[in-house]
Amino acid sequence: MSVDLSTPEAAPPRGVSTLRLQVRRFAANRLAMASVVVLTLIVLACFFGPYAFPFTGEDADFDFISAPAELSWPHLFGTDEYGRDLLVRVLEGGQVSLTIGFLGALAAGGIGVIYGAVAGYAGGRVDGLMMRLVEILYGFPYVILVILLSLLLGGGNMALFAAIVFTLWLTPAVIVRAQAQSLARKEFVEAARAGGMTGSRIVLQHIVPNCISVVIVYGSLLVPEVILSESFLSFLGIGIKEPQASWGNLISSGTSAMDSDLRLLLLPGTMLAIVLLCLNFIADGLRDAFDPNDR
Amino acid sequence: MSLLEARHLAVGYKVPGPGLFSAPRLLPIVHDVSLSLEAGRTLGVVGESGCGKSTLGRALLRLIRPSGGTVLWQGEDMAGIPDLRRRRAEMQIIFQDPIAALDPRMTLARIVSRPLATFEPGLSRKDARARAVEALQQVGLSADFADRYPHELSGGQAQRVGIARAIVGRPKLIICDEPVSALDVSIQAQVINLLMELQERMGLALVFISHNLAVVRHISHDVMVMCLGRVVEQAPRSSFYARPLHPYSQALMAAVPEPDPRREKGRVGTALQGELPSVLKPPPGCVFASRCPKAADLCRQTRPELREVAPGRLAACHFVEV
Repeated sequence: MSVDLSTPEAAPPRGVSTLRLQVRRFAANRLAMASVVVLTLIVLACFFGPYAFPFTGEDADFDFISAPAELSWPHLFGTDEYGRDLLVRVLEGGQVSLTIGFLGALAAGGIGVIYGAVAGYAGGRVDGLMMRLVEILYGFPYVILVILLSLLLGGGNMALFAAIVFTLWLTPAVIVRAQAQSLARKEFVEAARAGGMTGSRIVLQHIVPNCISVVIVYGSLLVPEVILSESFLSFLGIGIKEPQASWGNLISSGTSAMDSDLRLLLLPGTMLAIVLLCLNFIADGLRDAFDPNDR
Repeated sequence: MSLLEARHLAVGYKVPGPGLFSAPRLLPIVHDVSLSLEAGRTLGVVGESGCGKSTLGRALLRLIRPSGGTVLWQGEDMAGIPDLRRRRAEMQIIFQDPIAALDPRMTLARIVSRPLATFEPGLSRKDARARAVEALQQVGLSADFADRYPHELSGGQAQRVGIARAIVGRPKLIICDEPVSALDVSIQAQVINLLMELQERMGLALVFISHNLAVVRHISHDVMVMCLGRVVEQAPRSSFYARPLHPYSQALMAAVPEPDPRREKGRVGTALQGELPSVLKPPPGCVFASRCPKAADLCRQTRPELREVAPGRLAACHFVEV
């Protein structure tokens, strides 16, 4: 039997990339898609909602101090003890929490991916050294590390952000490193070396793109983790400071007024819970769609 | 001057030492291999699993750094070639698992044109794509394949894409590492014939690594038999297949199944007795002594050197009968 080169073999119907297949599979997941819609609505509400009101979350309205939630204009969900509108504060707090959540996950994920891919591909002594560093950082108690870092960086939003990223990039680094290690032994990486590619190009063009499935899934779990740790730190009083609102410090002040007025806790708490649930459903859907085991 | 020449090539892998802090040991895989290959010729390398065939193939291209000996590329010591990376266009490799050899996230056009970015940096993206399509057509795949992804291919098609990637930089040598072992028998023939056709057209030299003696017989000009990292026999194809000299080669030959079922039925099985020695603790004598039907005390104590036993034929055995 010989290959007939004069009439080349016809190709299968259409070229569909793995990514497109995965997106399609994700779109078929109803719960995940509903979560995407809800999350989008919340994000839009947080970023554009406050413009619908004639005041900002920091303006005190002395005619309505501790107004109850009567769904009447202009204070739909009432005000806090300083006469600030609760709904607007929650929406503005959402801006801070969501921004920190997504940017934090992006930054921590990005650093972790590059670090892990380099360590996994390089192997040997470099890998050992890089991973020992990660293990040492893992060893520090999380809260103490964050407090130290935010003290070191002089407090403020940037310090909080840096502290969160600094502690959260470790896990993606470990996950990607394991993936990169197995990819580095694949034959297409060897073919790339035989094709004269440099190590850095192999990492960027072959290793990182092939880690994407894992990274997307883990990254979607990272967002709620960042939001939670921001809320947690703000709750402890070392995160976002009053008068600026974030879900964490709103919940914190809501807790102190819990006995007399539950709604101060309920509104930001519900928002946070909804966002976290949505993100987890989305992460779940992504994992089902992107699981490298059934490609 | 040969295209490719290896002199006393040895390869070992570093493994952790016995204790926690002891220095890493070198686990030798390939010992003292010498060979030379001319343009347009095919060297078949055969041997059982784990005998170091694939390691040898990678060391010939310096994808693994050898631990001893030299490889000469057109008379030049490969270790001393500055910027060897850019010269790799001339020496390519194709792999056993054809699907794993293709990046699942890239289109075939990108996979095939990828090496050109290194070898011919001036080439525009459009020209690189045109070259990739041309290479795909040379291996019998139409231009429609250019935008397909590896998961849409069959094993045989994927292997042809691997060949297209190897030939796109117009190489002089291709190392074929078990290129057909993962394929169906009917597809095997297609790929082998494609390789032979390309060899004829481009004057390629091939190193064909396989455990399948029948396939090696079809494609090779010379045959090299390896056992536990050492060459035990080296001969031109026709005389080797007419009568293998080393007992290990004879055992390999006897293990080839007979295509005719009537004759296969009457064949007396000659399965090898004895244990394959551990790579970690190689025997002092002949590597095949523990399984050789002819082994004597001499074989277990002194290692036979690879020597010329007949014109053009090398064998490493104390008791070669020519």
